[in-house]
Amino acid sequence: MTFTIQIENGTEVRNAEADSQRTLYPYVTGTSVVAIKYKDGVLMASDMGGSYGSTLRYKNIERMKAIGKHSLLGASGEISDFQEILRYLDELTLNDNMWDDGNSLGPKEVHNYLTRVMYNRRNKFNPLWNTLVLGGVKNGEKYLGMVSMIGVSFEDNHVATGFGNHLARPILRDEWREDLGFEEGVKLLEKCMRVLLYRDRSAINKLQIAKMTEEGVTVSEPYSLKTFWEFKAFTNPTVGAEGSW
Amino acid sequence: MFRNQYDTDVTTWSPTGRLFQVEYAMEAVKQGSAAIGLRSRSHVVLACVNKAQSELSSHQRKIFKVDDHIGVAIAGLTADGRVLSRYMRSESINHSFTYESPLSVGRLVVRLADKAQVCTQRSWKRPYGVGLLVGGLDESGAHLYYNCPSGNYFEYQAFAIGSRSQAAKTYLERRYESFQESSREDLIKDAIMAIRETLQGETLKSSLCTVSVLGVEEPFHFLDQESIQKVIDTFEKVPEEEEDAGEGEAEPEAALVAAGTGEQGGSGDQDVAPMEM
Repeated sequence: MTFTIQIENGTEVRNAEADSQRTLYPYVTGTSVVAIKYKDGVLMASDMGGSYGSTLRYKNIERMKAIGKHSLLGASGEISDFQEILRYLDELTLNDNMWDDGNSLGPKEVHNYLTRVMYNRRNKFNPLWNTLVLGGVKNGEKYLGMVSMIGVSFEDNHVATGFGNHLARPILRDEWREDLGFEEGVKLLEKCMRVLLYRDRSAINKLQIAKMTEEGVTVSEPYSLKTFWEFKAFTNPTVGAEGSW
Repeated sequence: MFRNQYDTDVTTWSPTGRLFQVEYAMEAVKQGSAAIGLRSRSHVVLACVNKAQSELSSHQRKIFKVDDHIGVAIAGLTADGRVLSRYMRSESINHSFTYESPLSVGRLVVRLADKAQVCTQRSWKRPYGVGLLVGGLDESGAHLYYNCPSGNYFEYQAFAIGSRSQAAKTYLERRYESFQESSREDLIKDAIMAIRETLQGETLKSSLCTVSVLGVEEPFHFLDQESIQKVIDTFEKVPEEEEDAGEGEAEPEAALVAAGTGEQGGSGDQDVAPMEM
């Protein structure tokens, strides 16, 4: 895939083209996505930030999109790769609609399709740099799954990506129940998002919550969480820490 | 159908707008031994007559499992049928692998039809000489399709193809309205009776036919000879033991049948007119 050209004085020039074809690092990234199953379906939350390295550059990125009638896809990681995935899924759903034969793609099918895509890209050493969360309800069956950029794929009652794995999932493991109502579910997700807001530097205080039920899929309008910064530990963080300033 | 100067090539139209090679291919289907399919709301039954080259050889396989939820019965050039079955299995398993979900029958059938159509429009190919009865179950219910060598496909409640299929079709036409709500057992019985029509007088034995079933929570599988014989015994008149055979049967089904007429078949339907031979 790459070759070098020797120049007289011994310095080498790489063939720029071939190497730039592979994804090496992400540039504009989204942070955590958190999702849970609840009584009537699935809830998913993510903020609307797109970071450019350590700069919180874009503040209006929708990181959750509806797929067909039954599913919702949330993504963290490289935003341009997420947009590419949406294009693939667009083709898929278009083809599905064209058949017009009473069959439709459900969340399980979309999840497996994405798993195949992610895994195949990883095998070519050219991954789509995302962790995807796929949720939906079809024929009364609730579905929630995740695919990582290396093609690791699984389903669970609650999932989170990135920092969410470390900060949100412990909360969910303690407080999640099968029969959560809608308000309870939203409160639980907001609790997770608030912790992420305090502790994840790439999180911004502008989030959306998406609801998936048998009736369909909706994404809420963006809103902010109330935060409290007057905790004693925040006002004087170095109390008791010997040697800090 | 007689030979004419427009029938050498599949890519030559006749002046009356016919493609004779395609029509000849459909003739090949009519020469094969009979295959029958019927469906209810929840089940599909495929049955065929076992034809063997000679007494020494085994019979050709005419029913193939494509997937747990799809089966196909063929009539015509069995070699072509085998190749198409392999294609169907391949499509089905590829879909399952990518989407973890069974391929819907309608979509498989369209792919099959498109494949057949290609052979009617290339000068270096010939049409497949096999008709396929594709039966399957998907989200939208139970389906039975017939795929022609011409690339056409149709959905049916019940259908028969191959030699002497007209007799079976006549039987099915009479009874098809009851199939949608039929029970699994009645559906199987109707299939075997339809097979009997194609035999035109030959005694129906379980060794002469192959029957397969698929349905809701019942993956595609073949019925074993015993089960087929049991169903046959419920309606086939055995000369010496006519009444005894009927009343000896423990199954309530059989008792009902014995009460009905032997000649006309299983469900005790007194209003069915005698078959015209």
